[in-house]
Amino acid sequence: MSSQFLWVILPYMCIVSFVIGHIFRYRHDQFSWTAKSSEFIEKKQLMIGSLLFHIGIIPVIFGHVAGLGIPKEWMRAVGVNDHLYHLGALYVGGLFGVVTLVGMLLLTYRRVSISAVRKLSTSSDIIVNALLLFIVFLGVYATLVTNNVQPGFDYRDTISVWFRDLLILRPDASYMANVPFTFKVHAITGFLIFGLWPYTRLVHVWSVPVHYVGRSHILYRRHKRRA
Amino acid sequence: MKIKAQVAMVMNLDKCIGCHTCSVTCKSTWTNRPGAEYMWFNNVETKPGIGYPKRWEDQEQYKGGWEVKNGKLQLKSGTKLSKIALGKIFNNPDMPEMKDYYEPWTYNYENLTNKEDGKHTPVARAHSAITGEKMDPEWGPNWEDDLAGGHITGPQDPNIEKIEEEIKFNFEKSFMMYLPRLCEHCLNPSCVASCPSGAMYKRDEDGIVLVDQEACRGWRYCMTGCPYKKVYFNWQTNKAEKCTFCYPRIESGLPTVCSETCTGRIRYLGVLLYDADRVQEVAATPDEKDLYEAQCDLFLDPHDPEVQEQARRDGITEDWLEAAQDSPVYKLAIEYKLAFPLHPEYRTLPMVWYVPPLSPIMSYFEGKDSIKNPDMIFPAIEEMRNPIQYLANMLTAGDTESVKSSLQRMAMMRSYMRALSSGKEFDETRLERVGLTAKQTQKMYRLLSIAKYEDRFVIPTSHRESYSNPYRAQGSEGFGSDCDGCGPMMPAGAKSGKEIYEDNFYGGIWRD
Repeated sequence: MSSQFLWVILPYMCIVSFVIGHIFRYRHDQFSWTAKSSEFIEKKQLMIGSLLFHIGIIPVIFGHVAGLGIPKEWMRAVGVNDHLYHLGALYVGGLFGVVTLVGMLLLTYRRVSISAVRKLSTSSDIIVNALLLFIVFLGVYATLVTNNVQPGFDYRDTISVWFRDLLILRPDASYMANVPFTFKVHAITGFLIFGLWPYTRLVHVWSVPVHYVGRSHILYRRHKRRA
Repeated sequence: MKIKAQVAMVMNLDKCIGCHTCSVTCKSTWTNRPGAEYMWFNNVETKPGIGYPKRWEDQEQYKGGWEVKNGKLQLKSGTKLSKIALGKIFNNPDMPEMKDYYEPWTYNYENLTNKEDGKHTPVARAHSAITGEKMDPEWGPNWEDDLAGGHITGPQDPNIEKIEEEIKFNFEKSFMMYLPRLCEHCLNPSCVASCPSGAMYKRDEDGIVLVDQEACRGWRYCMTGCPYKKVYFNWQTNKAEKCTFCYPRIESGLPTVCSETCTGRIRYLGVLLYDADRVQEVAATPDEKDLYEAQCDLFLDPHDPEVQEQARRDGITEDWLEAAQDSPVYKLAIEYKLAFPLHPEYRTLPMVWYVPPLSPIMSYFEGKDSIKNPDMIFPAIEEMRNPIQYLANMLTAGDTESVKSSLQRMAMMRSYMRALSSGKEFDETRLERVGLTAKQTQKMYRLLSIAKYEDRFVIPTSHRESYSNPYRAQGSEGFGSDCDGCGPMMPAGAKSGKEIYEDNFYGGIWRD
């Protein structure tokens, strides 16, 4: 029963919270929707931490999409055999994972040690920070340590299948039964942060200003005339 | 041609006494809120000095404004693509920090009354408004007031550094002037161009530049983009804020708070008509010394019937056309050529203009023989305590001739009016040497010296009645209606503004 909760009910709750929360916040609270940068307060430490974290996390996210979302068979069909995939996941994934982790450690140190940054942190900022640090650490640990200690385990036969089944509304908790502990915790906390996402500063991810590149420099706004 | 109207400002620095009334009334109107304590939408700097934030005029450091690269106008801080693609979005390297402005502080005043009986007089110590911890203030919006520390910061003034000959900062040679600064509401605003979220915009009707608080995502490029450092980051709401040119007042035909309360009556507000199609071309003028003249050419003569015809076609109403004809800004900047834009070399085409100050040279041309020989003015201007080159570095990208002729016209006006009011002879042909007529000089005198309220402020009302529902537009024009009571500042984590307000403000009076 508890496995049903952990691997079916909780993930769906997080997904629902993610979707509904975003719609609600976007419609009702544009004013609080911001990148919430503290660069204005402290600049030097942020530079290294923020750059490392962001440069690490973006490839890591794409890596997760490839590892969880794309079935093994499809990968093989386009010529990525299991050995090649594992090399990529281990070395490229591991590298960016470590970069992300170092960035996250620096950012956490900064948030705690600089009193002005600490004072301006809301509980939501602290939770996001702690959770991200924890998730990234577990992810790096699972990639670099667990994978080597338990070489027989392949998450693409278990976690990935469970994840895809969730998304197509055919949930099956049994795939997660024999998954190593680190992967289990990484998956659960991963869903948790998606569930919390819309209520935190993480919403800035959806505001990446891609349309800026093609826009005209100067913007005018005019009051619309009443008909 | 596409004619737009702009509400612009002129400040007559010759009359500024540096009293900071504009700053204080502005602050108590707009930025007396948590997160906004350090913001001065209007501040008065003593020049020479490095100002607020420190060395804001050094664009090699802050990368504000525009530059012409390979004949094309581009943001000095980099192209649009570079801002998104090169990791600058994760960390903006050119952004000023709070310590460049100053860390806001308050005092523990309660200590003065609550302190127990002791050997020493109780004192109120400065406490950071951010952390609540004790601090020693090290910089502020008027730290160099009246040249305080000017012998140290004066030589670091970027306008001084650009002067080739050595400027002495000893007491005998010292000089100073006041420079009140606010958002320039530029015709080519680099803050608007820098905003990746499209939250900043220039109002089509009156040219006021605003931040849409609902659309701002706090990327902070506007702070870098503005070369005047007049877009601020609210560290509580994490959004950009700036001078609103008191648009609710302007819309009702009232002057901005800073203008209304100016004790020296140095501020003028009026409408200018300009050709919006030529803005980019003018801003890209190759030689920066030509920018002042080029900007003047952008403005259209409101008395010209052809201009009026086109303006009507472009939707400018009759009362705005009439206001443009009576505009004191048009008279001072274009007709009399007395006022200049601040740092035209930033290429933003700023719309707050300055009449340069005549510093103490009275004895040269207002002394015993001056009326007999008004030509004394010409050598006298060269002997002004404020070096002409210094003024030119601020107002005309270094072109001393235009500044000199503005000062000569003002000096000649003084001589003429002095002769007129004391019943002395004055050869009016001398006025022609500086490009003035007797009638013009008297009008100029009335505008500059008598400075009647209705002459200084010629502001047509907006026609908001024809616009869509103002209730729905709330929050998209600078500020939302909810600023949590808008109370005075206090350390973060303490009471909200509303609570403080309710604690202290009782029955219409402040409780002590």
